[in-house]
Parts: sequence; C-alpha cells; structure tokens
Amino acid sequence: MTLMSEHKEAIQLRLMDNANWRKPVYETNGLNLWYGATHALKNIDLSINEKEVTAIIGPSGCGKSTYLKTLNRMVEMVPDVSISGHVTFKGKNILGKAMPVEMLRSKVGMVFQKPNPFPKSIYENVAFGPKIHGIRTKAMIDNIVEDSLRKAALWDEVKDRLHKSAYGLSGGQQQRLCIARCLAIDPEVILMDEPTSALDPVSTHKVEELINTIKNDVTIAIVTHNMQQAARISDRTAFFLNGEIIECDQTSTIFNNPTDHLTNDYINGRFG
Amino acid sequence: MPIKNEIARKEIGIRELIEQKQRSRNFKEMFERAIPIFLFLIASISILTTAGIIYTLLSETIEFFKRVPMAEFFTGTVLKPLSQTPQFGVLPLIVGTVTSSLIAMAVAAPIGLMSAIYLSEYASDKVRKTVKPLLEILAGIPTIVYGFFAFTFVTPLLREIIPGLAATNILSPGIVMGVMIIPMIASLSEDAMSSVPNSMRDGALALGSTKLEVTKKIVIPAALSGIIASFVLGISRAIGETMIVTIASGSTKNFTFDITQSMQTMTAYIVEVTGGDAPAGSTIYYSLYAVAMTLFAFTLLMNLLARSISRKYREEY
Repeated sequence: MTLMSEHKEAIQLRLMDNANWRKPVYETNGLNLWYGATHALKNIDLSINEKEVTAIIGPSGCGKSTYLKTLNRMVEMVPDVSISGHVTFKGKNILGKAMPVEMLRSKVGMVFQKPNPFPKSIYENVAFGPKIHGIRTKAMIDNIVEDSLRKAALWDEVKDRLHKSAYGLSGGQQQRLCIARCLAIDPEVILMDEPTSALDPVSTHKVEELINTIKNDVTIAIVTHNMQQAARISDRTAFFLNGEIIECDQTSTIFNNPTDHLTNDYINGRFG
Repeated sequence: MPIKNEIARKEIGIRELIEQKQRSRNFKEMFERAIPIFLFLIASISILTTAGIIYTLLSETIEFFKRVPMAEFFTGTVLKPLSQTPQFGVLPLIVGTVTSSLIAMAVAAPIGLMSAIYLSEYASDKVRKTVKPLLEILAGIPTIVYGFFAFTFVTPLLREIIPGLAATNILSPGIVMGVMIIPMIASLSEDAMSSVPNSMRDGALALGSTKLEVTKKIVIPAALSGIIASFVLGISRAIGETMIVTIASGSTKNFTFDITQSMQTMTAYIVEVTGGDAPAGSTIYYSLYAVAMTLFAFTLLMNLLARSISRKYREEY
C-alpha cells in the first residue's frame, strides 16, 4: 500500500515538474540488476512516456542495453542474472508473476543491434508474429504483411519478391524488415538496441525517418551510441554511466544545457 | 633464446641472422612443393580403395548375372541358395533389410530428435556438457554387445508381451538397432540445432513466442537439413548393420511382412554365406557380390536422397 502511495506521489511530482507531461508507459523504480556479482544497474528510476522517443545514451558497458532488455525481460536469458526493484508496464508489475512474459512481449517489440531476420521468406518473417498469436486467416495476414511493410517504408522495394528469402535483402532493408516484423503485432512499445550501429549512413537515415513516422503510433525506447542520432530523433534522453542514471530530461535540455558536468563531458566527447 | 645468445655472443644483427637462414631456402622451397603432392597421395588412398571395391563388386556381380538372370534375382521371392535346385531371389533379403531399418528408425527418429531438442533448447549448459559425451560413449558400444542384448534380453521380454513372437524375429533386433542409432541422431541433430544462431531465437522470443514455438517454427526449420542428414545416416547405419540382425533375427529367408517372424537381411546373408564354405567360383559365391552390390546401391541411394532433400529444405542463416 505504501508503495502505491509513493508511486502516486512520484507521478504527481512529475506532473508538476513537467508541463509537457505525457502518460508514462513504463515506470522503473529502484531497479537493481546483477550479473553474478557484477552490479550492472544501480537504483534506476526512469519512466518512458507514451508516444515519445526516449533515447538512452552512455559509454559501452554503462548498462543501457541491460536496462532496455529488462523492459521486455530478455535480460533473463543471461544465466546468473538477478533483479530487484519495480518495473511497471501500464501500471502492471512485469517482474512478478502478474504478467506472463509472452503477453508482455506481444505488446513490446524489440529491434536488435544486428538485423536478425528469420531464415524464411520476407512474407513469412512479417507474418510470424501474427501467426503465433493466433491469426490464421490468410486474407488478414496478407493485409497485415502489406500494412507493416508499408509502415516500415519497405513495401515498394520488396512487393515483387515477398516470397523470396529475407537474406537477399541488404543490411538496411533487413533491419527495416525487422521493424516491420515488430509492427505486425501492433505493439505499444518498440525497444531498439542500437538499431543502426551495423548500418551505413544512408540506411541509418532511412531507419531514422522511419522512427519519426511510427512514433505517432508507438512508444519508442532507443539505445544508441550515436549522440547526433539521439539529438535528431528523441524527445527525451537518459544518460547512463556505470550502471547509474546521471541525468534524464528533454533531449534539447540534455544536449544544450545539461545539469551534470558528466553529461556535459560525455556529449561533448570528452570520454566514452 | 638461442637467437638471443647468438646475437649476444657473436654480436650479429637480426638482419644478418635472417639472411643466414635464407641461404638454406632451396631445400625449404622443395619441401614446401613436395608437401601438397604427398598429401594428395595420402588422400588418394581412400578414393582408390573405394574404386577398387566398386570394381570388384561390379565384375563379380556381372559374373553372377551371367548365371542367374537379373530379372529372376530382383523379382524372385524365394531364396534357396543351398537347395538341389537353387533359387536366387533377393526380395526376402530386401524386405528383411527394409523392415528392420524401418523398425529401427521408428524407434530412433522420434527419441533421437526429442533428445536433441531437449539438449539443445532446454537443458542447462551443465547438463548438456555431461550428457553429450555420455551419448557419444553409448555410440561406441560394439554392435555384438547390442546383438547379444537383443537376443538374450529384449526378445524374452517381448515374448512376454507378444505371445506369437518367434525366438528369432526381426522386431527385437530392429528395436535394438534403433536404440543403437539414437545417440547418433541425437548428437548430430543437436549439433545442427545448436548451430542455429541465438539471434534467431531472440528475434522470435521478443515477438512473444513460447520456447516450444521457437523450437518448432524457427530452430527445427533452420536445422532441418542437418536433422534430415542425421536421419539418413541413421538409416544407412541400420541398413548396413550386421551383427545385431545376424544374432537376433536368425537366418530364415522368409518373404513376409510379419515382424514377429524371423527374416534375414542382406548383411546377415553375407555373414551366413561367408561363414559357411562357399567354394570360390560357385554361383552361391557370386551371389554374395550381387547382394553386396544391392546393399551398396541402397546406401548410395540413401545418401543421394539425403543430399537432395537437405538442399530442398535448406534455410540459410
């Protein structure tokens, strides 16, 4: 009960703090995570707001990917991981048994660092999600596939070879296919783990444009090494360092007028 | 150390030292050039041996077909090589071989595949690292031991359950052959499944798939060519298996599909005839080669089949 009231208090504080306040989709309070004896995340408090792009920046090993993977519990695949604290998705605790992990992941898509299309046709890649979640009608799936590929700005490039292997696509196309694969189950949130770090500048630009168009419908949390990218595409930015959050604010504030000198040093390339 | 000493003692530089070594280069070059020739010869041994075997098989088989018409051999359902009026129909042996192999695969394919799924997708690293070597030890048990096991343990056990089961029958060695093949199928299929990159599993899990869905829809299709290859190797092994069927299935040349009865396989026939004293040059002697040739054609066919199937189903990653 006390937790609940603390929770409400926290929300109210943020309400007063921020005029552009949006509803938080994810709320993280006092999250700690260990890989064996390594304390990878320390007391993380962070919220990810609806239909915003939240960028998570920081040097390698700062825990930003770990944090992202906690949000859809993919982090539990690592052996020897232990977690404490609270992470709620739309008010529901995701770390307990209240929400089956498959249900959470059907609402939260993930795009990985390296494009990882399945060794199947382009069509089957996009249809995979709807199919495992019980959509069987072919006409419906056809629609979903076309729609998702259009949203991912890939339709025109692949419409004539939908039934060819996804491996015939370029790296950038493969990554957009992976985004289309996420969009096909109409997720509320998409988590992106350095989605453009393996891509060339042109493909990167396309993916960024894509993020700009889909953010009207979905909430996006993106981990990136590229600070310009964070500045270009995000609404809010969180700066991680050594497993802690140093600062989290509007992206313009973080990049123009950071409070913490560490943030300032990092965005100006003095370390990391 | 020696170079350092030399440098210290004679006070010569590294450059001079290298130049000195290069003077012996002629010999080194010759050696380098001889190496691939030598290795080629070594590699040729197995190819030449195979060619020799095929040549012998073929020439003796041709001799056999001069005495027994090919049509009679391949369509004959009676095999009586030692009778006054000998008959050389190979069909009883083919049926014996195919039946025992099918029984073996009915046992080995599902159990082997499920073991592989467990090991690759569900077992912890610790379990996998203990079980896999164990499986490979199991694969090293001599087949005569399995044959003995089939005859003295499995058959009596089966006779308790199936009343009409003959003392020598094809069912028991079939099952035991299956048990023998399980480790091979499990191990090879596990290799194929573990080599599917984890990023595929992650991609599917992140879409909300359960572990079983990931296994069924991502891992198995991606590893299918390896899994099929393991099945075909298993069948090849069953077709060529000799000891178990010789011991536990008897030598009745039955043309039947009744698995409770004794049948003879091609391999067991070869054992029987070579074990007796078939005089060289007699028809029964040449029949050995014809049967061996048929056996060889079977395994060759299996291997070709495996290739085309695995190419067809290949999902590359």
